[in-house]
Amino acid sequence: MRHILSVLVNNQPRVLARVASLIGQRNYNIESISVGESEKEGLSRMIIITGGDHQTLEQVRKQLEKLIDVIKVEHLEKEKTVERELLLIKVEATSAVRAEIFGIVEPFRASIVDVSPQSLTIQVTGEPAKLEAMVELLRPYGIIEIARTGAIALERGLNKVKATV
Amino acid sequence: MPVAPQMETLSGQLVETKVEERKFTGSEILLRCLIQEGVEVIFGYPGGAVLPIYDSLYDGQIRHLLARHEQGAIHAADGYARATGKPGVVVATSGPGATNLVTGIATAMMDSVPLVCITGNVDQSLLGTDAFQEADITGITMPITKHNYLVRDVNDLPRIVKEAFTIATQGRPGPVLIDIPKDVSNAKAAFEYPESVEIPGFHPWRTPGREQVEQLYEAIAEAKKPLILAGGGVVSSGAAGELIAFSEKTGIPVTTTLMGIGGFPGTHPHWLGMPGMHGTYAANHALLECDLLIGIGARFDDRVTMGRIDKFAQKAKIAHIDIDPAEIGKNVRTYIPLNGDVKSVLQLINQEVPRSRSNKWMDQLDEWKQRFPLQYKETEDGLKPQWVIEQIYRTTQGEAIITTDVGQHQMWVAQFYRFHHPRSLLTSGGLGTMGFGFPAAIGAQLAYPDRTVIAVVGDGGFQMTAQELAVVSLENIPVKVALINNQCLGMVRQWQEIFYKKRYSEVDLAGSPDFVTLAEAYGVKAWRAHTKDEAKKCWEEALAHPGPALVDFWVSPEENVYPMVAPGSGLDEMVMGDEI
Repeated sequence: MRHILSVLVNNQPRVLARVASLIGQRNYNIESISVGESEKEGLSRMIIITGGDHQTLEQVRKQLEKLIDVIKVEHLEKEKTVERELLLIKVEATSAVRAEIFGIVEPFRASIVDVSPQSLTIQVTGEPAKLEAMVELLRPYGIIEIARTGAIALERGLNKVKATV
Repeated sequence: MPVAPQMETLSGQLVETKVEERKFTGSEILLRCLIQEGVEVIFGYPGGAVLPIYDSLYDGQIRHLLARHEQGAIHAADGYARATGKPGVVVATSGPGATNLVTGIATAMMDSVPLVCITGNVDQSLLGTDAFQEADITGITMPITKHNYLVRDVNDLPRIVKEAFTIATQGRPGPVLIDIPKDVSNAKAAFEYPESVEIPGFHPWRTPGREQVEQLYEAIAEAKKPLILAGGGVVSSGAAGELIAFSEKTGIPVTTTLMGIGGFPGTHPHWLGMPGMHGTYAANHALLECDLLIGIGARFDDRVTMGRIDKFAQKAKIAHIDIDPAEIGKNVRTYIPLNGDVKSVLQLINQEVPRSRSNKWMDQLDEWKQRFPLQYKETEDGLKPQWVIEQIYRTTQGEAIITTDVGQHQMWVAQFYRFHHPRSLLTSGGLGTMGFGFPAAIGAQLAYPDRTVIAVVGDGGFQMTAQELAVVSLENIPVKVALINNQCLGMVRQWQEIFYKKRYSEVDLAGSPDFVTLAEAYGVKAWRAHTKDEAKKCWEEALAHPGPALVDFWVSPEENVYPMVAPGSGLDEMVMGDEI
């Protein structure tokens, strides 16, 4: 099962290495990690997408909490969470197929961010499933490169994952 | 410790400078921090990147023990920490000095031993350039430390040292490493040592809920076949007295894991011995049959469960008292989780704990203990290793501190020496480190100069850290080395005999030195024994000798450790001896 963990960490050198090292050492699966500054100075928020049963999830959570640079770990429930990822995709696009590609881009509320004589670069945001659908629709035109940010997520409503101290 | 205001001359005038304004170098600050932490002895080895630190140590404000290899230094610091419960401190230089600590750090991590490891590093301007003797020791030790630091600014040093000691000792203990680039050791700053530090991501102390305590009471009151599995947490939290009270009030028998040995008296009628791969019949069958299993500071590792959770305590509700929440539910399904310090939790529980209905169960266990005791075949002429351990027990009455390496001799110590006190068996349980025992004994002996400290080691492991004979000789540290010399790597040989059709691959230690001559070359008194009479006589002399001593006990290479549960088998498949 796929789980979203929201992890508040000290904004310290190597904190990503500590978290990644722990996950590797403990043999846990990981789909993505994304990290950036949080609302609080000195703290970063890390969104980890991981797989595994309930027991594995509990272990990941507890082991992460043992890291000194980890302040708080929260499991975000899918239905109470807003999850987004950003994808940049460069596709082969001669003038003959451009109109078709525009037709795909529009319903996805994606945008063309770079145009060259032979290619288009498209930016799309959304849940990972939406991004994958986009990739599949563009595949026939010839994908040149893909870059993804990994998912980020926040709980819906007023609640926040915050340091308790 | 307040430092008196200093009178200094400035432009020909006498000016009183305040404490805060006086500047110290990083290495002086480090030394002052260690003094404030009450550090009595530092184990270490100098080198280029720690020259400033060693210059600060030169005045001898803290005793420094010069090992002959950094691995020896860190195991000695570890032995000191295990024997006392206080953090051990080790210093090594950058690069190879730091990497030589790695085995010792991992050893301490696996057995939850508080260590503060201080390494030098190259100047910050050189970090990342593959400079001479540069190693990324904070990166290397990330998975084997509780936490580690690379000090970037000398002003952070006092806080970092305070944090390191706090993290190493509070909650589940463990090693912390502080890497100090040479320019930080040389840089100057004011010194003020914080009384305490707030570490936002560190919450070591927890208490179980009332609900769980009530659940445990209920389970105990109902239980007909209850069992306590006591581990290293009982020893490290200082809960031996509480455990005796708990066992006696409830009428619940106790099996102690390798790390838990000494946490419950080996002569107590409730004691069943050690469980697991080389455990006693009574302990293993108690685990198979029990209806309530209370794990106390034990982590249900694969040498106890055999990794066969499907065959482990299948009839039991499992309760688990542990300070580390991540241990609860890690290896076995836990019915009653009790997260907290073992000593405090037991004190809480002991207040109103009911008695279990274990009378018949106790009779059954006594019968098993009598019918299936630990045994070995006596010999008329030669020496049996088990007999040697029994002899060490007889001559020290269970009062000695015994250290071991890993392997057959370690299991025989666990089986045949009856420990009366916690912190008496210092052994590398989790990592299983050869070469641990002898240097660990040095650390323990420094902590307790008047106790008998015996390193029971094999001829394999001893050769991994035998160079520390120089230290015991020079400093006259009266450690007794009981060398169980079977001329081979006994445990590996045992596995090759049983599981690899006697294809003895690279286990013959021919070429080993004459250990008596080796010890004497270092100035350590030594004896050799081939028979019981010789063994009795020279062991007695070694014990009576006021300085360090070594006895080379020649035993048969064919002797195996039994009982044994083969890997992949459950605890119900114990092999009791060669004849079966």
